[in-house]
Amino acid sequence: MVGIIGYGVYIPRYRIKTEEIADVWGDNGPQMARGLGVFEKSVPGPDEDVATISVEAARNAIKYAGIDPRDIGAVYVGSESHPYAVKPTGTIVAEAIGCTPYLTAADYEFACKAGTAAIQTTMGLTQSKMIKIGLAIGSDTAQGRPGDALEYSAAAGGVAVLIGEDNPVATIEETLSFTTDTPDFWRREGEDFPSHGARFTGEPAYFRHVGEAAKAMLKKTDTTIDDYDYFVFHMPNGKFPVNMGKQLKVPKEKLEDSLVVRQIGNTYSGSAMMGMARILDIAKPGEKIFMVSYGSGAGSDAFVLKVEEEILKHRGEVPTVDDFIERKTYVSYAVYAKYRRKIKALG
Amino acid sequence: MSRRVAIIGVGMSEFGELWDKSLRDITLEAGMYSIFDAEISGSEIDAIIIGNMSAGRFTGQEHLGALAADMGGLGNIPAYSVEAACASGGAAVRHAYMAIKSGEHDAMMVLGCEKMSDVNQTEAMKTISVASDWEWEGLFGATFPALYAFIARRHMMEYGTTEEMLAQVAVKNHANAAHNPWAQFQRPVPIEFVMGSGMLADPIRVLHSSPISDGAAGLIMCDEKTAKKYTDTPIYIESSTQASDTLALHDRRDICTADAVVHSSKSALKKAGLKIEDIDVFELHDSFTISEIMLTEDVGIAEKGKGGQVVLDGLTEIGGQFPVNTSGGLKARGHPIGATGVAQIVELALQLRGDCEGRQVEGAEKGLAVNIGGTGATSIVHILGR
Amino acid sequence: MAEHGVANIWRKQKSMYSIIGSKCTTCGEHYFPPRPVCPTCRRKGQLEEYQFKGLGKIHTFAVVRQAPEDFKRQVPYVVAQVELDEGARLTAQIVNIEPENVEIGMRVRSCFRKITEYGQGGIIVYGYKFEPTMKVTGHD
Repeated sequence: MVGIIGYGVYIPRYRIKTEEIADVWGDNGPQMARGLGVFEKSVPGPDEDVATISVEAARNAIKYAGIDPRDIGAVYVGSESHPYAVKPTGTIVAEAIGCTPYLTAADYEFACKAGTAAIQTTMGLTQSKMIKIGLAIGSDTAQGRPGDALEYSAAAGGVAVLIGEDNPVATIEETLSFTTDTPDFWRREGEDFPSHGARFTGEPAYFRHVGEAAKAMLKKTDTTIDDYDYFVFHMPNGKFPVNMGKQLKVPKEKLEDSLVVRQIGNTYSGSAMMGMARILDIAKPGEKIFMVSYGSGAGSDAFVLKVEEEILKHRGEVPTVDDFIERKTYVSYAVYAKYRRKIKALG
Repeated sequence: MSRRVAIIGVGMSEFGELWDKSLRDITLEAGMYSIFDAEISGSEIDAIIIGNMSAGRFTGQEHLGALAADMGGLGNIPAYSVEAACASGGAAVRHAYMAIKSGEHDAMMVLGCEKMSDVNQTEAMKTISVASDWEWEGLFGATFPALYAFIARRHMMEYGTTEEMLAQVAVKNHANAAHNPWAQFQRPVPIEFVMGSGMLADPIRVLHSSPISDGAAGLIMCDEKTAKKYTDTPIYIESSTQASDTLALHDRRDICTADAVVHSSKSALKKAGLKIEDIDVFELHDSFTISEIMLTEDVGIAEKGKGGQVVLDGLTEIGGQFPVNTSGGLKARGHPIGATGVAQIVELALQLRGDCEGRQVEGAEKGLAVNIGGTGATSIVHILGR
Repeated sequence: MAEHGVANIWRKQKSMYSIIGSKCTTCGEHYFPPRPVCPTCRRKGQLEEYQFKGLGKIHTFAVVRQAPEDFKRQVPYVVAQVELDEGARLTAQIVNIEPENVEIGMRVRSCFRKITEYGQGGIIVYGYKFEPTMKVTGHD
């Protein structure tokens, strides 16, 4: 059965505290951190971008799975911060992990859910036997306009997932999507920073799509909340997924372990997938995971995963999500501004 | 027995940031002064050879041979440049030496020149970096000072070389340059000043490093018979040797030893029938103070690892047993890249002639110059005698 | 004719992305970057492509504080000679560590980073840098 045969993550080493950002804009730091449910966020180094983060995550995934990279027949990189406007990130990744040239590759963009869209695509390709293994990546170095609410959460990180049918560590039992045209967040061509609909990003956007996708999934699989051990919802901040859980009556303890947003912020295309990876780091064989991603614009992809015995053979090979979360160095707002090219004169 | 090769004239432009002078101005200046010094007629010169590293990148002008022949009014004689990074000047001297020794030419003008101040810092740093293995060192962020920092850090670890030793080389060379009218920095610096100067690439500081310079140097070289027409006291080139090493520093057998310098200086002494003790004055390529320390060892003045100690002991200052860089060296005379190798020979010739007032090594009869390219991938050694 | 750097970088992309050099099957020496001729065996040498494991130790290093424009955002940064476990040495930046904690002899592993950019509109050059080996939960 189709499933995840390996996964790997990458989170840059630098962090900035919510309080540090709040100080610059005259906000109340501790209040802001509590309100958003984001206490610090990851910051990419000056030499890191979506290509480098994707390669690091993909190399970890390959090592975890123990596969020959030449068995990968498709590479899809989902991101809203691809380093080139035109020229795929996927080819850089494919070359750097040694799976060129007999494969297909493309870049995806669907705000924060491009990575899960890539998972669905590779599931289709493997199930139809077009390819043996597919590599789906969700990776971002998200930018928030200085002083904008997004600046507190827009973070960097990536998750690479290898999809195949042989010996998965977690089978994907079902997936479905809920998609509408809802302009809650966008970035026009040539603009440095995204714009958003402020409170419009809530009810008609995030909560409607995640909620409807979740309900449709429960209906389709004829299951209830009680049938699952872990829940993962996209994490634009620490508040939304918790409220989503409340609306769906998910017990707090079943959601808690996925809330990586508190320590690293919103890794956009890698956000829900990062939560999923953290669950896969700790879940026991037989346990079931319910995940719903969300991408502005807008859509949600829902997945039901079942952890397999196979997972026990692969752990300990590559750093876990927590290993990356714990490896951190704080930077000041000034250094953050330098690294993130908010100092324009530096080019 | 092939013929001996002599130096009958020397000339220099001033070294420094020469805002009001172009590459052609300074090159012409050095050539003219060397002709005046030799008291030779321009019509006697039968070829020009120029040492230059990167006029194309620094000034946008190549084809310097024709330029020099034209500007100097030297007519239709053959003229061209040679390149061996920072050893381009030495290569020009060696090229003229071979051409005259072979009988192909009788009297040549040798020029070395570089005009570095016409580009910004980034462009200058990148152009200097192409002397190393640009594709596998420079591109990856290893600036030229960083490559010498690699050597310095390793030398400090393996041999206990200290920051004070690195600094003392600069102090000595600045003290010497105070008496050199062509030097870029004609002033002494106290050791605290060197040790407190800004870091370029730890442990290399600004005052461990040679500066960005404009400048040119010239020589009139000829065979012994021609030389005798113009002077009773020509300076002779006793030997000229050259050796190579890996382009990239990371491929060296031992980064603290410049094998090319070891080989070329050994063979230069052998060809000249001399021992290191016979040499009275040295010009050793001190692009960074660590390189003078390393070269002091590699030519045999000091044992390996003791190059720093001999500077502290005063062995290499004027009045010591082995005076090194009486001109101020690259550190204080300045380092207009292509000019350096020629300027070293100018200094040795002046020393042997007894024309170095204020920095004269009394009774100097033999001098040795080491001009290296990159981080030591090229080494050119000349021994001069009178 | 090609836009600045494009063909030059593309030509050696594999070596820069995955530390692919050469190994001489005659003498067993490893070389990086790949060489056309084994300098030890010359004509008798047999060179084949070899992908280094990307593990090694710091042979020497510098902390760069004055850098060209395209590296300014990174200063101060550490650049080092890394001695790979197979024997060859190469020059690379050391990342994910504070400069004051770098030491000669320290174990490092390769990682994938942006090396430089040829201007804002030009190509981005990617390749190897090195970082301290990382903690892996569950790894003995």
